[in-house]
Amino acid sequence: MCGLAPWQPSAGPAVLRARACLLGRIRGFFADLGVMEVETPIASRAATSDPALDSLRTSWSGAGARPQTLYLHTSPELPMKRLLVAGSGPIFQICKVFRDGERGALHHPEFSLLEWYRPGLGYRVLMTEVANLVRHALEQPELPVRYLSYRELFQTHLGLDPMRADGEALRQAAAAIPGSRELELDRDGWLDLLLTRRIEPKLGRGRLTFVYDYPPSRAALARIRWDPEPVAERFELYLEGMELANGFQELTDPAEQRRRFDADLRKRSARGLDRFPWDEAFLAALEAGMPETAGVALGLDRLLMVATGSTRIDQVLAFPVERA
Amino acid sequence: MASYSTNEFRGGLKIMLDGDPYVIVENEFVKPGKGQAFNRVRVRSLKTGRVVEKTFKSGESVEAADVHETRLQYLYNDGEMWYFMDPESYEQLSADAAAMGEAVNWIKEQDMCDVTLWNGSPLSIEPPNFVVLEITETDPGLKGDTSGGGGKPATLETGAVVRVPLFVQTGELIKVDTRSGEYVARAREG
Repeated sequence: MCGLAPWQPSAGPAVLRARACLLGRIRGFFADLGVMEVETPIASRAATSDPALDSLRTSWSGAGARPQTLYLHTSPELPMKRLLVAGSGPIFQICKVFRDGERGALHHPEFSLLEWYRPGLGYRVLMTEVANLVRHALEQPELPVRYLSYRELFQTHLGLDPMRADGEALRQAAAAIPGSRELELDRDGWLDLLLTRRIEPKLGRGRLTFVYDYPPSRAALARIRWDPEPVAERFELYLEGMELANGFQELTDPAEQRRRFDADLRKRSARGLDRFPWDEAFLAALEAGMPETAGVALGLDRLLMVATGSTRIDQVLAFPVERA
Repeated sequence: MASYSTNEFRGGLKIMLDGDPYVIVENEFVKPGKGQAFNRVRVRSLKTGRVVEKTFKSGESVEAADVHETRLQYLYNDGEMWYFMDPESYEQLSADAAAMGEAVNWIKEQDMCDVTLWNGSPLSIEPPNFVVLEITETDPGLKGDTSGGGGKPATLETGAVVRVPLFVQTGELIKVDTRSGEYVARAREG
C-alpha cells in the first residue's frame, strides 16, 4: 500500500468492478434457484457465544430507551434461522459481518459474507450447490471438485486419525511447525494448528476441496450423527489454500442447542473472555420448531481474492481498517 | 513490567523471548473460522542477528524488551571492553566484544556510532556506513600501475585488512564501506 495517498482506496478499479460483477452473478444464481434475499440486523442485543469469536460492540439510545449495548453480528445465522421458523422458505443474505481481534493477510475485522439456507436439503446436497455457486461466480464451470472427510484429510496429509489420536500424538505431528514446542494446547487446539499450518496451504489448489464430517468437539451449530461413532455434520470449502465456506446440517433440537450455548459460555469464562447474553429469541424460535435445513456461510472477500488473483485481503477492500 | 498482547504484534516491535531481546520481523495471523487463532511470527535476535520462527496462541502476552537506539561517541578500548560516551549527558557506557561484533574492525576514537541499548547497556554497535582509515602496512606494488586491477591486501590502523588497488600506499587514508568491508576510494589528508 506504499505510494497511496491517505484518501485513496487500496483496491484498484479493476478489483472494484470485479466485486460488483461477483455480487451480480451471485444474486442471479439465487434468483434462478428461487432463493429469496433477506436482511437481518447487524446490531443485536445478543452476541456470539462462539468461544473462537469476539463481537464488536456499539451502543444505542433513543426513543425513550436507556442507552444499551448492542453487539455487531459475527454472522447473520441466528436471525436467519428465526426467518426459517417463520416460514420464509429458502433464503440468502449478503452482508458485512464483524469480528474483533482478527487482522492479517486473510483476515479483516469487517468482511462480506454470503450466507444461505436450504430447508429440506441435506448438507451433502448443499455442498454440490456451493460448488455450483462458486463455479458460476468465478465463471469457471469446469472447476473440479473433491470431497474428503475430516478423517480422510488427516489420514492423507499427516497419517493420523483425528478422531482417535491423543494430544501427545497430535503434538508430535506438530513438531515440524517452528515454535510449536512451547505451545500449551488442548486436543482441538492441536487439530486447528495442524490443519491451518500443515494441511490448509495445500488444499484446493486448482480445485474446490470440501472437507466434511468433523469431530463432535468441532460441531459448532451442526447436527451430530451416530455412524456408529458420533460425527458432526459440518463441512468446509477450501480453494487455493484458503478456507472459503463453512456449512452445517443445522442443529434443530432446542435442548441440545441450549447445552451447546452453555458449554460455549463456560469455555469463554475459562479463557477469561466476556460472557455475553445469549440469544433467547433464537432458542424460542427453535422451540417453535425449525424445519430440517442445511446452511452455509461463504467469505466473499476471499472468493474475490481468488477471482482477481490477490494474495492479501487488503487488495480487494476499498478501504481496509487502517484507512477507514 | 510492560508487555504486549499478540494483537499488538507488528514488524519492529521488540519483545523478550527465553530471556533474550528480539525484534519482530514479520507477523502473520492464522485462524480457522471456528477455532483457535495463532500468530505465526518471525523474530530476529538482537544479540545474534539470527532469525527464528515462533508460534503464539492469539491473545497471549509477551514481555516487552527494554531496547532503544541512541548515538554514542567511541572513546577507547582497554583490551577487554570498549568505552562509549553519551555526548549530551557525558555518561560513559562499556561494550563487550560480543556487542561490538564487526564494529571493532572499523571504528576509531571519536567516531559516532548508532548503539542499541538493552536495559541500559550496549547490545550492538553499528559503525558509520563509511569510515576513513589510515593504511599502516601494504606492499609497495608495481610502479606505474594506476589501473587498480588485481589489488593487494592492506592493513588499516584498526587492524582490519581490506583489498586496495595496487597504487595505494602505506600512510595514505582510504574510505571504506563498513557494510561490505570494501575499499571505496582514496581519501584526502586530514
